[in-house]
Amino acid sequence: MSAVPNLERLSTASSGNALELRGVSRLFGALAALSDVTLSVRPGERRAVLGSNGAGKTTLFNCVTGDFSPSSGVIRFFGEDVTAFPPHERIRRGLRRTYQISSLFTGLTVIDNVYLACRGVSRNRFSLRRPRRDDTLQHAAESLVDAVHLTAVKDRLVGELAYGQQRQLEIALALSGAPRFILFDEPAAGLSPTERADLVQILTSLPAHIGYIIIEHDMDVALRVVESVTMMHNGRIFKEGRPDEIESDPEVQELYLGGGHG
Amino acid sequence: MALAEPRFAIATPRSREGLAEVIARQGTGFWVVAALLVVMPLIASPFWLVQILAYAMILGMIALSLMFLAGYGGIVSLIQMTVAAFAAYLVAIFGDSAITQISLKWPWWTAVPVAILLATLFGTLGGALSVRTEGIYTIMITLAIGSAFYYLTLQNYTIFNGFSGFNGVMPPVFLGIDWGGTVPFYYLTLGCAALAYGVVVYVSRAPFGLALQGTRDNPRRMAALGFDVVAHRIAAYAFAAVIAAFAGVLLVWYQRQVSPGTGGVGPVVDMLIIAVVGGLSRPIGPFIGALVYVLLRTFALDLLDWVGFEGKRYQLLIGFGFLVIVLFSPDGLIGIWQRLRERYRKSREAQDAQMRTGGGAP
Ligand SMILES: Nc1ncnc2c1ncn2[C@@H]1O[C@H](COP(=O)(O)OP(=O)(O)OP(=O)(O)O)[C@@H](O)[C@H]1O
Ligand SMILES: [Mg+2]
Repeated sequence: MSAVPNLERLSTASSGNALELRGVSRLFGALAALSDVTLSVRPGERRAVLGSNGAGKTTLFNCVTGDFSPSSGVIRFFGEDVTAFPPHERIRRGLRRTYQISSLFTGLTVIDNVYLACRGVSRNRFSLRRPRRDDTLQHAAESLVDAVHLTAVKDRLVGELAYGQQRQLEIALALSGAPRFILFDEPAAGLSPTERADLVQILTSLPAHIGYIIIEHDMDVALRVVESVTMMHNGRIFKEGRPDEIESDPEVQELYLGGGHG
Repeated sequence: MALAEPRFAIATPRSREGLAEVIARQGTGFWVVAALLVVMPLIASPFWLVQILAYAMILGMIALSLMFLAGYGGIVSLIQMTVAAFAAYLVAIFGDSAITQISLKWPWWTAVPVAILLATLFGTLGGALSVRTEGIYTIMITLAIGSAFYYLTLQNYTIFNGFSGFNGVMPPVFLGIDWGGTVPFYYLTLGCAALAYGVVVYVSRAPFGLALQGTRDNPRRMAALGFDVVAHRIAAYAFAAVIAAFAGVLLVWYQRQVSPGTGGVGPVVDMLIIAVVGGLSRPIGPFIGALVYVLLRTFALDLLDWVGFEGKRYQLLIGFGFLVIVLFSPDGLIGIWQRLRERYRKSREAQDAQMRTGGGAP
């Protein structure tokens, strides 16, 4: 019984993908939000997922993180079959995500939000002792807050922050600990031009071993920070390629760039 | 000595938020109440010391454990009174009581730790059973566990001695002090209640408590940060059960008896009322709620007689008070107090501002 999955695990580990989806589908009643999605991303690879509203992009993320389980298919993270894992087990293995609609702890301060994120991927999650001020996690949290330019408001309650600041915080939470692969769900939506520039700077200055997938409607942001693009429509992948190939593809222009997003 | 020194240097909390800092942050109100409680035996009669204050602090501890789960974890668990009653029974069973054919007569320093340990285990298991439910379903399942325990104690004679339970459960004599005496028992209860209060305040800002508040506000995000939400909630049940178990030991020493009624549906619901009336947002709330409850229970009779109602109906008064408070302040008495203070502060500020502009005008 146990020898088979082990062999399988070894064989996929040697293929060396950070993320691998095989025939992943997700149904909501009769609606197939994802159908038969097969996708692989190398470690350190940066990729955009583009597609019109309702294409299934967020559902794809939810299946990868385990927020929803797929109706069928297999998901591997660095060679390990994580399809049946609860979300926290996937996160502890180095997966991170941001949410399209900010999902923060509005009753806690900015620094406490980030501190929680750092705690979640550390040991001693159950610690009954208050952290020292020179606690390493506290330091990590402070520097993450700094990285997203929120130091000035670090002791404010998150509920009182401006929209753009909440989006920045959303990103800080996904950078906590030692991420190996990050899923960004429309991180630029609703940001001002300066905040967008900051975002591009944060993404491009991530260590090279950290790969990510970014869902982004803004082509200016998306195509500047990735090396490959996956196009989705009606729950299916219909094109993959380099940013320049995608940009000049007539079918893509017809379906996506021409259609309703302006 | 030479060996111990470097270790001591490492162990010194350099900038961990120390007890001293926490204490320094307390306002004058805290110090007045603390001082008053300490010198209370000089002022108050034995009746007030034990029947009112000590009893209120014991009930306050049980309600505090409920507040910890509800306020920080968003878990409305009615199992806390049952945990306390279970601990009370175990003290009577392992220790000494008038029911000599059942009580094992262990010394208190074995009986009490074992009672607390088993009651904590019981609270944790009850938590594990109900942890996957939410809101009204948690209330239902914990209430079901509570009534199951009630009927077990009522119908089982070999261990729980059925309807009559155990009487003659005496507080221990230790260090030459009879802890059942009025003043020692008052200080024992005060010490336990203060400790429980302090620990809850402290833990609420420690990683465990912070994460618990995270699971209350946004469990899905907590999982996406690497937290095992279910495990965290079960740990919260365990933590709350320890407090309730300690309170249960004090309760059996206070009443000197324990019977099925100790953990009946009445007390179970009363505990919820105490916590809600006091306020679920801060750990002091349950103690205020418990004091009000005990005062009403004790004096409602006279009060109602005086107004011309039948005195036996004190439950009616408690119920009515509950209704009024919940209707006017969802955050209980604590909420009313905070709003009054806020209003006072605002009017002061307005006055100050007026004086400044008035004084500045030529
Ligand atoms: N929890 C859910 N229950 C029912 N249907 C859902 C659920 N989540 C998504 N859907 C449906 O699945 C389809 C894909 O949704 P999804 O959110 O993945 O799209 P998307 O590509 O992220 O779109 P957008 O660009 O608007 O964010 C939509 O038709 C949506 O209505
Ligand atoms: Mg989406």
